Amino acid sequence: MPHDHHDHMSPSGHPYRPDDDHPLTYWQQMEIAVRELLIEKGVTTAQEISAQIDAMDARNPAQGAAVVARAWTDPAFRADLLQDASAATREMGFDIGPMRLIALENTADEHNVVVCTLCSCYPRNLLGLPPDWYKSRAYRSRTVKEPRKVLAEFGVTLPDTTTVRVHDSTADMRYVVIPARPAGTEGWSADALAALVTRDSMIGTGLPKSPDTA
Amino acid sequence: MRKDTTFDGRRWHDMGGTAAGPVPTEQHDFALWEKRVDALMIIASGKGHFTVDGLRRVLEDMGEEAFETMTYYERWIASVNQNLIEAGVYTTAELAQRMSKVAARGPTYGEATCD
Repeated sequence: MPHDHHDHMSPSGHPYRPDDDHPLTYWQQMEIAVRELLIEKGVTTAQEISAQIDAMDARNPAQGAAVVARAWTDPAFRADLLQDASAATREMGFDIGPMRLIALENTADEHNVVVCTLCSCYPRNLLGLPPDWYKSRAYRSRTVKEPRKVLAEFGVTLPDTTTVRVHDSTADMRYVVIPARPAGTEGWSADALAALVTRDSMIGTGLPKSPDTA
Repeated sequence: MRKDTTFDGRRWHDMGGTAAGPVPTEQHDFALWEKRVDALMIIASGKGHFTVDGLRRVLEDMGEEAFETMTYYERWIASVNQNLIEAGVYTTAELAQRMSKVAARGPTYGEATCD
């Protein structure tokens, strides 16, 4: 039924989303003008812009998941990662640029969560662009004051005995959380473990998937 | 919108610890024009035309109303543009002329883009 527009649900059971074909906005008009001027002035080229978009699109949470899984299975790498996460992830072949990356390890007693109260600083060169909620007023305002309440909204309820550490990012320091390895995954390969690592578990607003559901 | 009547020593963007509602869960897919804004920022700053601090200065000076009424990449293109003009990469007259030309091409983003 390719032309049946009467249903509000797609065949997958999700609501249809509106097409992205709104009238040209003032800011889109400015983006086109700025881009063309930069190309004409020789600052950049259309090819360079496309390549930069492709490079950014290629960065995604799977990169971070591979880092976490390796830290869980390779003690020497884990030590390197905690010492200098920029160098350790670069050594794995990820193009993390000049970004200073700091890895924060969750343990049985300590849970780390990352925010940027001033703007939207995020380990984008490893995990890709941040989710919309990360840039919201609510997340930026509340996480440093009532982290447990914020975490509960994400479905993460921690025992009172767990210390919660909140890390406020800056343009020069980006954090990635290394979640605790789930119990019941002894002997798993790094690839199998990586499938348990979610984006939110590397921000600290989530936990890895349970091995039972993977 | 938060309306402070007293000065508490911080600017509007310094929002850590202030009261706010539930964290929103909506997520949108990045549109091509937004990815292009992101790319222009990375390329132009990477080539030394301005810095991430310059980007943030303009974003913060736009004020709280812009934060509430403009989308993330709308604010970014406004700031990228302001920084490039300040850096002397092009003039406001060149921008105005080009924006008119862009709008004259057609009513949608696809039509106004000439690839």
